[in-house]
Amino acid sequence: MKIAVCIKQVPQTTEVKIDPETHTLIREGVESQINPFDLYALEEAVRVRERLAEQAEESTVTVITMGPPQAEAALREAISLGGDDAILLSDRAFAGSDTWATSYALARALAKIEPDLVFCGMQAIDGDTGQVGPGIAVHLDYGQAAYVARIESIEKRRITVKRLLETGYERVAVRMPAVLTVVKEINEPRTPSLRGKMNAKKAEIPVWRAADIAAPEDKIGLLGSPTQVIKVFSPPHREGGERWTGEPAELADKLCELLAEMKIV
Amino acid sequence: MSIRVIEEKCNGCTLCVKVCPQGGIQVKDKLATIELDRCNLCGACVSACQFRAIKIEIEKQPREDLSRYSGVWVFGEQSRGRIAPVVFELITAGRQLADARKCDLAVVVLGESLDKAIQGLSDYPIDKILICDARELAAYDAERYSRVLSDLCRQLKPEIVLAGATTTGRSFLSRVAVQLYTGLTADCTGLAIGEDGLLHQTRPAFGGNIMAEIICPYTRPQMSTVRHKVIPMCPKSPNGRKPDVVRLNPKPQLFGSRSELLEFIEQVESTINIVDADVIVSGGRGIQAPDNFAVLEELAKALGGAVGASRAAVDAGWIPYSHQVGQTGKTVCPKLYIACGISGAVQHLAGMSSADTIIAINKDPNAPIFQVADFGIVGDCLEVVPLLTRRIAALRGTAEGSTG
Repeated sequence: MKIAVCIKQVPQTTEVKIDPETHTLIREGVESQINPFDLYALEEAVRVRERLAEQAEESTVTVITMGPPQAEAALREAISLGGDDAILLSDRAFAGSDTWATSYALARALAKIEPDLVFCGMQAIDGDTGQVGPGIAVHLDYGQAAYVARIESIEKRRITVKRLLETGYERVAVRMPAVLTVVKEINEPRTPSLRGKMNAKKAEIPVWRAADIAAPEDKIGLLGSPTQVIKVFSPPHREGGERWTGEPAELADKLCELLAEMKIV
Repeated sequence: MSIRVIEEKCNGCTLCVKVCPQGGIQVKDKLATIELDRCNLCGACVSACQFRAIKIEIEKQPREDLSRYSGVWVFGEQSRGRIAPVVFELITAGRQLADARKCDLAVVVLGESLDKAIQGLSDYPIDKILICDARELAAYDAERYSRVLSDLCRQLKPEIVLAGATTTGRSFLSRVAVQLYTGLTADCTGLAIGEDGLLHQTRPAFGGNIMAEIICPYTRPQMSTVRHKVIPMCPKSPNGRKPDVVRLNPKPQLFGSRSELLEFIEQVESTINIVDADVIVSGGRGIQAPDNFAVLEELAKALGGAVGASRAAVDAGWIPYSHQVGQTGKTVCPKLYIACGISGAVQHLAGMSSADTIIAINKDPNAPIFQVADFGIVGDCLEVVPLLTRRIAALRGTAEGSTG
């Protein structure tokens, strides 16, 4: 079975600071990381490979990302976490892609690999849209299950999953090939193994350009993006307000008054 | 397709350098240069530059006559005969947009046996209710719903489509946008018609650290999802004209799907859907032990609210993931958020900083949460909260308020 995982390299938010004077984000020297949700997707893909191996079925986990050249570091990290091989989809022509163009390019690349299962994280922590996974499913004409919290079984060409909804869970069986987006609840990602780190160092990661995936100019990058960002600005700045200290009983009294004033009580 | 710095206008102030997420701009000899290999054309520098010295040039045309598209649609998400609360908030925005565009506002509902479900909609200021009533549409299915809605959009050509940013809305509207080759903007906090007649969509990115304004100029419909509790609920208009109900007949070939729904398992705890709560009492590592969530639970119950948690508490196994508030948990927008024993890491703030009022209780006076809390209480939440719960009970004169 061929399993693919789509990951995204995003800035590390613990490093992100707001400039106190301009109230804008300071991004200088901010390090990158694999989008946290993608770590769960990768872990689940690796676990599926391990489960299949127990049943004497072989499979591979290929990790792919669309990004600038520095995204290669994220792919190597993914290999250290259990990925078998990786592909970097990178071309200046992809710059400025919104979710439509991104899902298109990834789908074209995945079409060359023909995976049976594609794993994606629920959403990226910078864009926060959650749109690329389902977009890939449409471009590839694959089945889809979003917000997967557990894989119950994989048999023949059918995967049964539990989806996490606002009010509970849904058990769904999806015919493969399929795209799954996963939530954190699905597993506990492993740390890199020694062998994994060695593999990551040795790995040869091919770079695929727009021409390699036969992507027409009007479906990628800025030209291929139906949405356009026309302005980026700081959100209204939230300041701290009153500070109270005192004995617990006093504080409780004051709080109760406040809640009454707010008409919460 | 390119980005360039207009030399005459650039004075080397380095504001662009600071905002570039890729670290791709350098200033040498008072002139900014953009490293094209690093640039992903996000536009942050264009926006930040006070001197309009950076330009992104795009050459693009619409593929069809966009004036043929008209009307604002709100996707009337429903589950088991109940219209989702967010729909009534979308009607507020939908009505404003429809009035600005001088067109009709319709609510589109997919499902089975919908007559009862749509009754609640007729008291609201909408012009039409479009229903697709079929056995196959009884339960949400990503493939079926997206094919049906895409087909409706192709036939009826709405200019704008709004939906709730729920698990349903997000997982299927993203399919529709791809099928129609049009733009979808997720989690919008602001929607307005600009002078250019386009829908201007404002949304947070980067966990809320940045706001972006987005348009979809060359394709239709312009689509947006909006989270629950971001837009106020629409007031009823009981004496207004009742909306026309139009029954549509989706073609059976649209009902194919590779998915089969086996079972829906409802979560019995009513506190699980924290996204809907007006009041959230949240706990972090500072509550010391998992059993102490019971203390917060008592307060939440007294206030008619839900219990939330920081990632630290969830990762420690003290409370299930469905209660997690933050960047990798849920984003909530309640009237009141009470953070107990939560330090206030950036990732947690990303999930709750748009609450109307934030009260923080923490022993550490230097906890970062105090920088955003409207009321910061320096104290032990394990002592203050039980006393508060008792005060509230006493105020209400219930039997539990013994000591008061």
